[in-house]
Amino acid sequence: MSHTATQSEAAEPLLTLNNIEVVYDEVILVLRGVSLEVPKGEIVTLLGPNGAGKSTTLKAISGLLGTEDGKVTRGSVQFMGEDIANSAPEQIVRQGIFQVMEGRRIIGDMTVHENLRLGAYTRKDKEINSDIEMVYNYFPRLKERTGLAGYLSGGEQQMLAIGRAMMARPKLMLLDEPSMGLSPLLVKEVFNIIQTINREQGITMLLVEQNANIALKHATYGYVMESGKIVMDGTRDELMNNEDIKQFYLGGGEERRSFKNLKSYKRRKRWL
Amino acid sequence: MNTELLMQLVVNGLIVGTLYGVVAMCFVLIYKSTRVVNFAQGEFLLIGAWTCWWLLMKFELPFWFGFPLTLAFMVVFGIALQVIVLRPMIGEPIISVIMVTIGLSIFFQALMGLLFGHETKSFPQVFETTSVNILGMQVQSAYILSMVISVLVMVAFYYFFKYSRTGLAMRATAFDQQVAQSLGISVKHVFAAAWAISAVVSALAGIVIGMVNGVSSALSFFGIKVFPVVILGGLDSIVGSVIGGLIIGVLENVAEFADSQWLHIGNLYVIAPFYALIIILMIKPYGLFGTKDIERI
Repeated sequence: MSHTATQSEAAEPLLTLNNIEVVYDEVILVLRGVSLEVPKGEIVTLLGPNGAGKSTTLKAISGLLGTEDGKVTRGSVQFMGEDIANSAPEQIVRQGIFQVMEGRRIIGDMTVHENLRLGAYTRKDKEINSDIEMVYNYFPRLKERTGLAGYLSGGEQQMLAIGRAMMARPKLMLLDEPSMGLSPLLVKEVFNIIQTINREQGITMLLVEQNANIALKHATYGYVMESGKIVMDGTRDELMNNEDIKQFYLGGGEERRSFKNLKSYKRRKRWL
Repeated sequence: MNTELLMQLVVNGLIVGTLYGVVAMCFVLIYKSTRVVNFAQGEFLLIGAWTCWWLLMKFELPFWFGFPLTLAFMVVFGIALQVIVLRPMIGEPIISVIMVTIGLSIFFQALMGLLFGHETKSFPQVFETTSVNILGMQVQSAYILSMVISVLVMVAFYYFFKYSRTGLAMRATAFDQQVAQSLGISVKHVFAAAWAISAVVSALAGIVIGMVNGVSSALSFFGIKVFPVVILGGLDSIVGSVIGGLIIGVLENVAEFADSQWLHIGNLYVIAPFYALIIILMIKPYGLFGTKDIERI
């Protein structure tokens, strides 16, 4: 009995979305009832095609929806037992959720150091400088860059964006397509660091990705979204072995491997 | 050619130029962080100077008390103006916002005229004014004081934006409001802070000028002089506003010299900066230091 009790306590999710509906500009319905759970300490991934509403889901959690005239019109966003739906982003950051936005969005006309200091904007303790050193330990190549952050390479900017998020000491980090525009080798590196941070710092992650292969490799649980709805969810293994997922997101699947299909596919492609 | 006079005028130009630089910095601060073109910048000088004059003359407060009190009032004034008048304008077209600040400018100028009259009134003597001899030139100590204060303000701005938490937050907001919000920065607070700082520093400049030249509605003319300065320096560059201020200050005085020596047009002193403004807009519309975005995909 006591064992199951502790287990259910451990399984108490850090973040729960209950059937949320998001409307932009008061007319455009983007999310039509999304529910998901992010358990504490894990990496959960949210997969899906372009325009499915993955980024919108993240913004609904971080409160940035308000900056784009969007609103959660139904459902609730429970974070550590509190409903944070439609709260101001600065309050949500203070509560421990930090979003690394799509396209990195570092502050180009500031130095790496200044970007990192800004990550700790909501903090007032004395450990900010030691935390900057900690970020440099995870991303040694950032330390060598003394110029403006705008001149960093894409991979370095992504690392800086993640490092900046770490500076806020969040409980939950929302990552929006960290692999965007990076070479396969860099994607691997960035995801390995993400996993290391998750393990060593105990930061829970909710990861939105187009690159389902790498996302499922590092996540423990996944959700699949299509046109504003969750259409499938499961553990990593369940999703990786699912035929549909294989075919649509992992680029494999039995049928696709058939010689006939491949040939016609290739022939069509030549004309394009 | 009268070299001595020219040198004297150049020095004057540098002194006035640093003041232009300070006022332009205040203007740029508001533009950069809130994207509002503040046509009422000159009235901030006017309000600050009149408030200080009023406290000193009417209540006979000592300067060391009346001066900080004025600055405190300007903080409240700046925040109130932002919250009451400009916050509701967020998201409105830029032309509406400009009309509002022009309206504010006219309103405050008339209000000051109503309250304090239109004649120039001099400040009580706060500091001894003597002439100091620098490199064979006579410079009034009040001018030197004004220059020292201006330079101190500029240094303070530099450290504020480089090292302080609020300063960094303001730069982040100027760069990208959505990112600033994602970092936990309250954009509302940043906007209010920008107006407060701008109002305080403008008032400081107004008091300095008032002490040298007396207080009158002519002070608000500084707000118009700000335009050639910021267009030259680049609308969103703090460094540009300082350098632009110095250049326009010197240009004015050199124009005065050229006018009195050869041209005899009269009042070229007043017009020259605006000729410069037109020329800059034609050949370098972003100014000397206006943003060229670092683009990287």
